[in-house]
Amino acid sequence: MAELYPGYDVMAKARTPSWNEQTRRVVEARLAIDPEHHRFFTDAEWLTMKAVCDRIVPQDRAHPVPLAAMVDGKLADGEGDGYRNASLPPQADAWRRGLAALEAEARARHGRCFHALEAAERNALLTAMQQGLLAGQAWAGMPSALFFSARVLPDIVAAYYAHPLAWNEIGFGGPASPRGYVRMDFDRRDPWEAAEARPGHEAQAQRMNARVGRT
Amino acid sequence: MPVSDAPETPRAINGRAPDAFRVGGWMPMRCFSDDEEVDFAIVGAGAGGASLACRLAEHGFSVVALDAGPYWRPLEDFASDERHQAKLHWNDERLVDGDNPLQLGSNNSGRSVGGSMVHFAMVSLRFRPEWFKARTLLGYGADWPLDWREMWRYYDYVEQALKISGPVRYPWGPRRPRYPYRPHELNAAATVLAKGAEALGIAWSPTPLATLSAPRGLAHPCVYRGMCVLGCSTNAKQSPLVTWLPRAIKAGAEVRDLAMVGRIEHDRDGLVSGVRYHRDGGWRFQRARNVIVAGYAIETPRLLLNSASQRYPDGLANSSGLVGKNLMVQSNQAVWGVHEREIRSYKGPPSLAITEHWNYAPSADFFGGYAYMSQGPLPVEAAATQIRRGLWGQRLLDEMANYNHRVGLKMVGECLPQERNQVTLADERDRFALPIARVTFSYCDNDKAMIAHALAFMRRALAAAGGRDIFEETDDTCHLNGTARMGFSAGDSVVDGDCRSWDIPNLWICDGSVFPTVGGVNPSLTIQAIACRTADRIKTLAARGEI
Repeated sequence: MAELYPGYDVMAKARTPSWNEQTRRVVEARLAIDPEHHRFFTDAEWLTMKAVCDRIVPQDRAHPVPLAAMVDGKLADGEGDGYRNASLPPQADAWRRGLAALEAEARARHGRCFHALEAAERNALLTAMQQGLLAGQAWAGMPSALFFSARVLPDIVAAYYAHPLAWNEIGFGGPASPRGYVRMDFDRRDPWEAAEARPGHEAQAQRMNARVGRT
Repeated sequence: MPVSDAPETPRAINGRAPDAFRVGGWMPMRCFSDDEEVDFAIVGAGAGGASLACRLAEHGFSVVALDAGPYWRPLEDFASDERHQAKLHWNDERLVDGDNPLQLGSNNSGRSVGGSMVHFAMVSLRFRPEWFKARTLLGYGADWPLDWREMWRYYDYVEQALKISGPVRYPWGPRRPRYPYRPHELNAAATVLAKGAEALGIAWSPTPLATLSAPRGLAHPCVYRGMCVLGCSTNAKQSPLVTWLPRAIKAGAEVRDLAMVGRIEHDRDGLVSGVRYHRDGGWRFQRARNVIVAGYAIETPRLLLNSASQRYPDGLANSSGLVGKNLMVQSNQAVWGVHEREIRSYKGPPSLAITEHWNYAPSADFFGGYAYMSQGPLPVEAAATQIRRGLWGQRLLDEMANYNHRVGLKMVGECLPQERNQVTLADERDRFALPIARVTFSYCDNDKAMIAHALAFMRRALAAAGGRDIFEETDDTCHLNGTARMGFSAGDSVVDGDCRSWDIPNLWICDGSVFPTVGGVNPSLTIQAIACRTADRIKTLAARGEI
């Protein structure tokens, strides 16, 4: 798919009045995450986890959003969500058990590791998990559909849309303090916002997007 | 990231508290010793506790307000980032179950001095007068032991204290004064609500909001950065951090941050004697002549239940058995569509337009009322609405590609009180070794009928305003109320109309927990109005020697 916001890079605004110092610190730390560094997942779990992330949010980029590493950081730091479905174990246990169970399902069905499966095979297993059709022993009573909807999707997708690359993709204005926005009505864009490529006007959008970082 | 970035040691110590208006700034604060028996120890410094602390201190009482959360300076502590700002939420574990397990932790919790109002969406609405007599006049729920005309006067007071921005004439309900500050302009998402309402022949209004539309003191007007639910980094939002708390401290109250109250103690006569709290690495005990619990609808019953003793084996103030019962949420379902024109709903406060139409047209086949408002979800929240539909992979990415054209309408609906919806104690314990809360919730048939009505109505309104490819978000909720309801006798409630517990005359509860019914609008204005009334009642009772 062609870029919707060609040339838009929210990071071009990092030194403009749209960003304050504390926001720069937070976002730059996120950009510095080593995509292969993992403190929570074991090496085996790590391979499975990356293969799951790759299907939940497929990314066609040279340097993808490090989803697995972001989830790993959340788990390693014990960052809670403030609640947990009573049918699930605590998040760390849920992830370990869920990934092990997924791995067991892959071996049972295909005789291969989950991460070695074709994309379509991995999708099929994840769909089965979403539908609650996985209930092997390794789940130890944890409902697979609930694990998918309450752990897999929220943890991975929230990581993705917290990343500037995702903001570029959807044309989100990004951080906006102290300078907020001025133009509020339909089809109104502040000069520091992403310009959408309308058919036939891609070059114009590209030029406008090259200027969002001007101060 | 979230948790680790919070200050780990208290800031409000040694005679000073953070000045929210100045980077690195401080304001002088009177400090009490633990051994000093203060007039009031208040547990929680949010909507209820902060306004109470302010008004009680201004009435001349000695006050210590203890909050589990940090004391922020928004100008330096708040980043423009959804993931990071989760530090404002109550992130400690709670268990959820029931037919419709709640999602907690974000839009319905707070762990900050200032409470969840630090990250609330600023919607500041009055209850409809009839709601205070829901049982007598409307046939459902329970009556409040409060008169709406008196509440109307306290609403006036709170709206002035927060310089609410709103229209000159609000289209619904009894006359009210004009709002202190002018309404904010509409963004495109709000204009969609207006167009839809007009197409269907119902009224709409700019939403009364607790964010500045003109300068006030050291705060400038809202800059429409649209990140209100992440905490306002410019202080335009009129949260307790910049309203009640500076006033409270100036009037002589002490606010203790990172002070987790684990237990309320009582003496041999059964009167409460103070609070046991954890701060700066250890447990301490603050003596107090009165304790007011203002921890909101989960922490309030949890604390009362965790304070069980030989004399009060079922917890404090619980002779009725109603502590923790009748937990009410508000249904928060939405319709979402795609608009041909660019909406960019991330700009401006998220809910700039509202219709309360149905609250004033009781022709529906369900009890209660609802409002609906325009929406402005940031990317992580926008994606959450998609994953709740079960989307992932390329379908998720395709839907999110419409982000700048996405537009939605979301209800705030009145759920009925049910005793089976409740907060109890679980076996698991938290980092303070205190039993955590188990929160059980199921919709009743009336709730479901209202939700179905709202979704159908909002769908028509959104389509009439140009929304295409409409889908429904069916399982979100907001706000938590009930669990320590006020009423007319020791048998039917936990506290009386003055928020004083029936069982223990020097134990009070003053927050959203006391609501007998939840109403169909956002509750913060009502919580603050009740707290201001309670402070005035305490002054009156004290003058009569009844405290």
